[in-house]
Amino acid sequence: MMEKMIFGRYVPADSVIHRMDPRSKLIIVLLFVCVVFIANNAITYGALVVYTLLMLAMSKVPMRFVFGGLKLVFILIIFTFLMHIFLTREGPIIFELGWFKVYEEGLRQGIFISLRFFLLILITSILTLTTAPIAITDGLESLLGPLKKLKFPVHELALMMSIALRFIPTLMEETDKIMKAQSARGVEFSSGPVKDRVMAIIPLLIPLFVSSFKRAEELATAMEARGYRGGDGRTRYRKLVWSGIDTLMLLLLLALTILLIIFRT
Amino acid sequence: MKNSLVQIRNLSFKYDENADYALKDVTFDIYEGEWLAIVGHNGSGKSTMAKLLNGLNFPKEGSITVDGLLLSEETVWDIRDKIGMVFQNPDNQFVGTTVQDDVAFGLENHGIEREEMIKRVHNALESVKMEQFLDQEPHHLSGGQKQRVAIAGVLALRPNIIVLDEATSMLDPRGREEVLETIRQLKASQEMTVISITHDLEEAAKADRMIVMNKGQLYREGSPEDIFQLDEELISLGLDIPFPVKMSKMLKGLNIPVSKHHLSEEELVEELWTSHLKM
Amino acid sequence: MDISLKNVEYRYQVNTPFERLAIQDVSIDIPSGTFLALIGHTGSGKSTVLQHLNALLKPTAGEVVIGERTITSEKKQKGLKAIRQKVAIVFQFPEHQLFEETVEKDICFGPMNFGVNEGEAKRRAHEAIKQVGLDESILQKSPFDLSGGQMRRVAIAGVLAMHPDVIVLDEPTAGLDPRGRKEIMDMFYQLHKERNLSTILVTHSMEDASRYADKIAIMHKGEVYKVGTPLDIFSDPEQLIKMGLDVPEVVKFQQKLEKTFGYKFAKTCLTIEEISQEMPRFLKRGEA
Ligand SMILES: Nc1ncnc2c1ncn2[C@@H]1O[C@H](COP(=O)(O)OP(=O)(O)OP(=O)(O)O)[C@@H](O)[C@H]1O
Ligand SMILES: Nc1ncnc2c1ncn2[C@@H]1O[C@H](COP(=O)(O)OP(=O)(O)OP(=O)(O)O)[C@@H](O)[C@H]1O
Ligand SMILES: [Mg+2]
Ligand SMILES: [Mg+2]
Repeated sequence: MMEKMIFGRYVPADSVIHRMDPRSKLIIVLLFVCVVFIANNAITYGALVVYTLLMLAMSKVPMRFVFGGLKLVFILIIFTFLMHIFLTREGPIIFELGWFKVYEEGLRQGIFISLRFFLLILITSILTLTTAPIAITDGLESLLGPLKKLKFPVHELALMMSIALRFIPTLMEETDKIMKAQSARGVEFSSGPVKDRVMAIIPLLIPLFVSSFKRAEELATAMEARGYRGGDGRTRYRKLVWSGIDTLMLLLLLALTILLIIFRT
Repeated sequence: MKNSLVQIRNLSFKYDENADYALKDVTFDIYEGEWLAIVGHNGSGKSTMAKLLNGLNFPKEGSITVDGLLLSEETVWDIRDKIGMVFQNPDNQFVGTTVQDDVAFGLENHGIEREEMIKRVHNALESVKMEQFLDQEPHHLSGGQKQRVAIAGVLALRPNIIVLDEATSMLDPRGREEVLETIRQLKASQEMTVISITHDLEEAAKADRMIVMNKGQLYREGSPEDIFQLDEELISLGLDIPFPVKMSKMLKGLNIPVSKHHLSEEELVEELWTSHLKM
Repeated sequence: MDISLKNVEYRYQVNTPFERLAIQDVSIDIPSGTFLALIGHTGSGKSTVLQHLNALLKPTAGEVVIGERTITSEKKQKGLKAIRQKVAIVFQFPEHQLFEETVEKDICFGPMNFGVNEGEAKRRAHEAIKQVGLDESILQKSPFDLSGGQMRRVAIAGVLAMHPDVIVLDEPTAGLDPRGRKEIMDMFYQLHKERNLSTILVTHSMEDASRYADKIAIMHKGEVYKVGTPLDIFSDPEQLIKMGLDVPEVVKFQQKLEKTFGYKFAKTCLTIEEISQEMPRFLKRGEA
């Protein structure tokens, strides 16, 4: 299951979206999160769906991979949907079976809210799938740059994030290794009674914790040995370049926003 | 060539007040341009030694002087500029998310300008033959490749001493040979001093000088020839005897004339060849 | 227990952009009581093969026969636990799997998962800790207070205490000092002899492969390149070197002698004793 996860995974490719400046992508995602809340009817939601699918298509990430990787999210979405169906009791009843009644408003809200949730997940996934983790961090650091004046530890935060990102694959690998090592000692992670499966977490978590701690210690030593002593006086190797595409993409989102405002009810 | 570069005097260290000494009263010199191998059983204090040298820990007693600078809180950053370290686990020293970012990390720390950085990153990667991999992420590299990137990261800072703490022990034979060959070439072309901590005695046999650690103390110091005269004693120190020495001994036992315990197979073959020509 | 792999293929991360063929068309027979060494350079698929031996991985094509059981890509497998008790794996850096408060508990963990009662598990812990060359007093310590070498031995003891029929070792001595390396390998060899334990060893040390194994398989780019006795494998050193592999020091030495003297030994020698015995004859031939 771990193998199919898409969170935090970067799929290298050569697409318009891949070539965008991480800053513009971050801004777009951030704005999109707000824009989503403007939509409130079929047309506006439709526009959002079209926009998102357009972005996905432009990113050249295989659809099957994206949707396959969102399986867990679908479960959540279906759950949200059902919650609304059960809990909202407004508007005319459109379906009835014994005590079970579906109200129009419930269905409407169920669909819209799950859709909203889904679009948000999808757009953030596009960001992470098309942007190298380091680029996201660089983008964030640059966008948050002004906060440095307020003594906000922007650099430290960015470094922490980039290291965390750098170690995600390593830790996934490690988790896999420890799971296998413990399976070989008779632990069952995926079958057997629920109680046993919960207990199986301990032989996984303790070694994982111990080794992460050791890694962190060794990494800190290696960083210090290479002259790291905080953000002051550091120079930057990476440089971000804002191009025409970035401006264009921002304008596209702006157009969408205007469209939504016009057609919302 | 016998120009002392580092002086280590009566060095002692404990990780913890109540713990045993991890290092006890260690004194030796490191000479300019030499390849010094440090060997010893697991837990004999080799890594502790390396960390003290670079000011990653400070000694309880004794002193370290590097290139005329006495190691202290004030001088530690200058000393770290002079000493580059490569550690055992290739994964736990890769800071950047790609090869070039990782090599640049040290340069960024030193506030080197961007133009200069780009030049140095490329040069360093070229000298370890990794220039093809600029944008690779670490988990797509083999262990040997990661270690070569680590070496490039150190080289970019232009140190005069490079310390390898079992830098090849997690690698396969080919990765190991790649890394050692890289270091050998660098040592020749850039006149570096190499300190190699290792369990590989065949590698140690090729060093200019060796130090044997035992239970936190310096047990013996000398040329590989001297050290491998210790013979069976090495086994009780947790070590072993390299193949050519074993072979020389074996042949002597069979009354085949061998003048000494050879450290390389080539030498031994050479002697067998010339002595049998004379017969 | 006999194990055999038949045309096994394995792909990691099937149906993702990261899909990767790790091994293909791998067929190896491991009859009960064999000592098999698996060699090959990094990424050649050795660890992937190992994980098929106790069904940690299910082949994406082909089949794995473990004793009475056959594992194929189709079936959802049940009751793999029984296999895992019979075929134990010591992974690379096995000390990373330790987690209990005391060494004793950690060693008992495996056997107890397989239904052994506590009394018996403890008895086995005492037996296993001696087998790996540690003192029984260590049983009450925390595994995290031990040195690296001791932790390694404790982890191995935990696997031995499962009383497997087959033991699979993935580079068990990496990072140990030379004496530790020899002691651990000698211990596995002794177990192999005494209990007729099938042993499968992945190693980068050609010395170990030639000294301990009765059969060696070379992996190359995900396929089995050659299977044979150490003598078969090392009689053709050029081929191994071409594949980026090494040969034992003895063989290298013999090669150098043969090259310098311009003629061959009567046979390929795999031990230092053997070559010493051959040496007088070899040198004499030069005089004639
Ligand atoms: N971070 C630490 N905290 C406490 N004790 C430590 C620490 N690191 C090492 N030690 C102890 O210090 C002693 C020397 O360890 P050191 O790591 O220097 O040995 P080493 O010669 O490098 O061994 P190896 O060959 O296994 O790498 C050992 O007894 C070890 O247990
Ligand atoms: N979890 C994984 N996901 C994707 N690919 C993998 C995974 N594990 C291994 N591989 C790939 O499968 C191939 C075989 O790997 P494997 O670990 O079996 O090699 P190995 O012979 O054991 O190498 P080493 O000597 O480095 O341990 C390699 O190309 C490797 O990159
Ligand atoms: Mg060490
Ligand atoms: Mg492996």
